[in-house]
Amino acid sequence: MATNAETMTPAPTITPRAVDLHLNWRQVTQTIGIYILLLVGSVFLMVPFFWMLSTSLKTLAEVQTWPIVWIPSRFIWENYPSVFQRTPFARYIFNSLTIATGGIVGTLIGSSLAGFGFARLRFPGRNALFFVNLTTLMLPAWVVIVPHFMMFSYIGWLDTYLPFIVPAFFGNAYHIFLFRQWFLGVPRELEDAARIDGCSTFRIYAQIFMPLSKPVIATVGIFAFFYYWNDLIYPLVYLQSQMKFPVSLGLRMFQTANQGVVDMPALMAASMMALLPCVLLFFFAQRLFVQGVVMTGVEK
Amino acid sequence: MAFKLQMPKSKLARREAIEGYLFILPWILGFLMFRFGPMLYSLFLSFTDYAARGAPNWIGFENYIYMFTKDPRFLDSLRSTFAFVVGYLPLNISLGLAIALLMNQRVRGIFVFRSIYYLPAVTSGVAVAILWQFVFHKQWGILNAILAVFGVQSIGWLVDPKWVMVAFVIMSIWGVGGSMIIYLAGLQSIPTELYESAAIDGANRARQFWHITLPMLTPTIFFVLITGLIGAFQIFESAYIMTGGGPNYATYFFGLNIYFTAFQSLRFAYASTLAWMLFVIIAALTIFVFSTSRRWVFYAGARDDA
Repeated sequence: MATNAETMTPAPTITPRAVDLHLNWRQVTQTIGIYILLLVGSVFLMVPFFWMLSTSLKTLAEVQTWPIVWIPSRFIWENYPSVFQRTPFARYIFNSLTIATGGIVGTLIGSSLAGFGFARLRFPGRNALFFVNLTTLMLPAWVVIVPHFMMFSYIGWLDTYLPFIVPAFFGNAYHIFLFRQWFLGVPRELEDAARIDGCSTFRIYAQIFMPLSKPVIATVGIFAFFYYWNDLIYPLVYLQSQMKFPVSLGLRMFQTANQGVVDMPALMAASMMALLPCVLLFFFAQRLFVQGVVMTGVEK
Repeated sequence: MAFKLQMPKSKLARREAIEGYLFILPWILGFLMFRFGPMLYSLFLSFTDYAARGAPNWIGFENYIYMFTKDPRFLDSLRSTFAFVVGYLPLNISLGLAIALLMNQRVRGIFVFRSIYYLPAVTSGVAVAILWQFVFHKQWGILNAILAVFGVQSIGWLVDPKWVMVAFVIMSIWGVGGSMIIYLAGLQSIPTELYESAAIDGANRARQFWHITLPMLTPTIFFVLITGLIGAFQIFESAYIMTGGGPNYATYFFGLNIYFTAFQSLRFAYASTLAWMLFVIIAALTIFVFSTSRRWVFYAGARDDA
């Protein structure tokens, strides 16, 4: 099930064997057609990124030129350091990393515990409870955001990172699902052997299952990182002091502060830097994303 | 739990059950504290006049009556959200499938394309919204610059109520790689023997698509539809960043309405009413889609889910 995700090769398309030249030609033109279609799509998808990079290296005057300038006549690299002078961007990055680290650790612990319970231990009501867990995926955050705000305000957690990190330790519905799917696939013999040796269930979870689960841990970790890095709604609701803002909210501040002046190059440079960790992570760990998708999509 | 739980008789099984509950205990507590409890509380709030200070006073259905009969913003948010879902969802489902079919061909260098198509789907958030705001800029944006090549007059993508929804659909469709990758996973789980025997029987590519690929893919389509539906109704960030709900409330999506009502006007009670309305809409549509699934979703063989 999940383990063959990394070997996701295009499935063979069944075409009658090319026995004569005529058929071969058909195949060649078809391949060229596919390339052209995919290329056109790629251009459409990549143009916004190109536009972002190009704008981030322009002068303000070059941004406001018609017809538009595709490649800046001179690369204004200073646009990037200028972001750090005009806004506490380094602080934002540090804050985002703090929230993400706490959130990821919490998610991994909370979700793997519940995932293990749902996958490997039998108890009455297990399937019903797991179904309840899945239905919470349908619950919009909006339904609970006001009570959450009131609750965290009541216990004095507003303007701290606790509302981001503490709930993570109680598990996340989707990540519990991913862990459960993974644990279901671990062979029974490993568990039995450990039990005969007198291993406690918690040790089986911590010392046998978890070390075997690096792929799913990485997948969940990356998903969680993207979530915490990009999240805007909760920082918007929970945080007040600017020095505590994560990148998402800081970027929003920077945007509204520049609305009148429209300092596009600096704004695009800041956006580039906000996006860069995600893009890099994506290229290094694309396999893990695909794996997460395979575990969810195909099983449902 | 409404039903009676029968604990197992044997000592070993009972022990396993207790351990099971211990393992999921954090989740149970989290569910009660962060999901179920707050849900009930916001339902309660929706019947009060609570506005961030004092104590909530019970006012019955007044918020609901106001929402359905007097609130123009509710209609704006309903209209814009449905317009977005109707514009985006069918396109996402069909285009995602079309691209996945292309990607599933045996062509050299296909991974490069897969990365290119998937990348926009995983990037999101404020940076992307800011980027698109500039792509759509009426005077200096790149979209109008490209269209100008074909002689199209400058379009005020984000300032013209006629075009703004198109802009949001374009921006969202940029992330079509998300559904593409799900379809690809689905396509690759179709047993190749099916195609082999169909080819032997003389079925051409079109017939193979209609009689094998599409039926085998219906569970995947179903999944993309459900997750897309739930996600699309909650659109917030892009509108918050790019338009703030404008022009003239044309993109005043449900999420924006709830956010502004709660955290700008501090009308906590009414925001809860709106949030519950959104929840009811999403739940009703999801249940509806589930109820139709028996008729069109094809599950190959009976699978025993552990």
